[in-house]
Amino acid sequence: MMRHRSGSPSTGSSDEARQAALFAAPALVAIAAVVAFPLVWAVWESLHRHDLRMPWLGRSFVGAANYREAFADPRFWSALGHTFGFTVGTVVLELLIGLALALALNSVRRGAGALRTAALLPWAVPTVVAALVWRFMFESPGGVVNHLLVSSGLVTSPPIWFASPWLAWVPIVLADVWKTTPFMALLLLAGLQGIDPALYQAAALDGAGPVRQMMHITLPLLRPAILAAVIFRSLDAFRVFDVVYVMTRGGPGAATEPLSLYAFSALFRDLRFGYGSAVSVIMFLVSFVLALFWLRAARYQVELS
Amino acid sequence: MTRAWRRLGLAAALLLVGAGLAPIYVALVSSVSPEARIFAAPSLVPTAFVADHYRALFDARDFWLPIRNSLVVSGATTVLAVVAGGLCAYAIVRLRFRGKAFILAMVLAVSMFPQIAIVAPLYLVLRQVGLIDTYPGLVLPYLTFAMPLSIWLLVGFFRQLPLEIEDAALMDGATRFQALRHVVVPLALPGIAATAILTFLYCWNEFLFALSFTLGPERQTVPVAIALFRGQYQVPWGQVLAGAIVATIPVALIVLVAQRRIVQGLTAGAVKG
Repeated sequence: MMRHRSGSPSTGSSDEARQAALFAAPALVAIAAVVAFPLVWAVWESLHRHDLRMPWLGRSFVGAANYREAFADPRFWSALGHTFGFTVGTVVLELLIGLALALALNSVRRGAGALRTAALLPWAVPTVVAALVWRFMFESPGGVVNHLLVSSGLVTSPPIWFASPWLAWVPIVLADVWKTTPFMALLLLAGLQGIDPALYQAAALDGAGPVRQMMHITLPLLRPAILAAVIFRSLDAFRVFDVVYVMTRGGPGAATEPLSLYAFSALFRDLRFGYGSAVSVIMFLVSFVLALFWLRAARYQVELS
Repeated sequence: MTRAWRRLGLAAALLLVGAGLAPIYVALVSSVSPEARIFAAPSLVPTAFVADHYRALFDARDFWLPIRNSLVVSGATTVLAVVAGGLCAYAIVRLRFRGKAFILAMVLAVSMFPQIAIVAPLYLVLRQVGLIDTYPGLVLPYLTFAMPLSIWLLVGFFRQLPLEIEDAALMDGATRFQALRHVVVPLALPGIAATAILTFLYCWNEFLFALSFTLGPERQTVPVAIALFRGQYQVPWGQVLAGAIVATIPVALIVLVAQRRIVQGLTAGAVKG
């Protein structure tokens, strides 16, 4: 029988389009209702003053006032900075450790399945749980980390991690890296397994050592997988919320507050829905630009190869 | 690869995987330690074993309630997303119509955008129709990520199926729906299972929507419940960690049973896309 990608032997194409619409409708209508429509509403909402603490004021149109307020608020800018810093920091660490883990897992023959299962476990743990466990380990003065630091002689007096605007980032970043590195490693491992082993044999015959093989075969051929993993992870890291909410609530002060938490506080602590929506819309636009940037990078990558 | 390098690889794998498991081990040991000893000097093996924290978790806090809430919400979302997403994915893979690439691009975009962007309007809508602090009030928002996820994964799995059997069924006069139900679904069952597992995992772990759209313990899911644990004076770490372990057990079981399928789903979705 002839193999065709689509189209049934018995029905015409207009019939088929009608059928397709019928099949796809429930899912697409659901996505439109719970995503597209709320997104448009969020933009509309962001142009109003809508204070749920003062319902008698109603909802008045204020144009771009909420956006002007956000751009004039230093806390907004530092939240944006925190978000970018967190994204770059975590994705770089995850890529390095994930690559090491993927290479290591790829070299294991016996017990590979069991090791992969164990490696995947942190990824499956709820983010809230990851954050709580890491917070517990960094508690002062008696947390595991401080015990280890003191007993190994690295520090004499253990730091109070969550009281310092800078040190508080350490457990936050570590918790996120811990949870998401397995995902990165698995994507890279799939890429590694797609590389033709004959290439390595040929290189070895030509006298290329492991380092040269790494630089001239593995890394170049792994580039698409690396790019895909970095795109996924950076867009995901950009919307970070759970880890910070559970660990520090953005504190001390607002020193670890990312954009999503800034928007969340405007919405549910201050009950300022117009302003909170404006911050959310800005965040959406920034991540949209980030996605476009990555798409260009991916296209450039395809042209290169 | 030489033998020395392979040994180095194994050592590195054991080290990294061990480091990955260490925090779970720390939480496990601490969750069975008496409260007074939780912050004492750590030891590799537990020095005492008490079930107090687990008992308090289920007796004093009624932790069954958030577990039930999480199961209901995650289960309902998964069923809806896999059924509707499956129909949509089938249409994308097997039927001829315009706009497929656009639909797939939208699906991918929707799964990567920041969820906080729709929290405000969803809250206002749910409040308007009286769905705040209800199960549907969580299932509907959960579809925002569950639906794109299952469409994306199922498109990947359906594409791997052979066409011949289905075409033969259609030649014999089966309708599209019959072919889907009696030929495609049985063939794609492993992929559908992987999709359901991953969707359930994402629902079980979700936090932002569950935090925003519930008001109290009645409808709180497991992550919200443990994130909001409060003692009278300080964090009740023993119970928090016991809760953390309980919340991890189902996902750990899922990973143990379905590691291969999860990896298949994750990599098929990301690398080919």
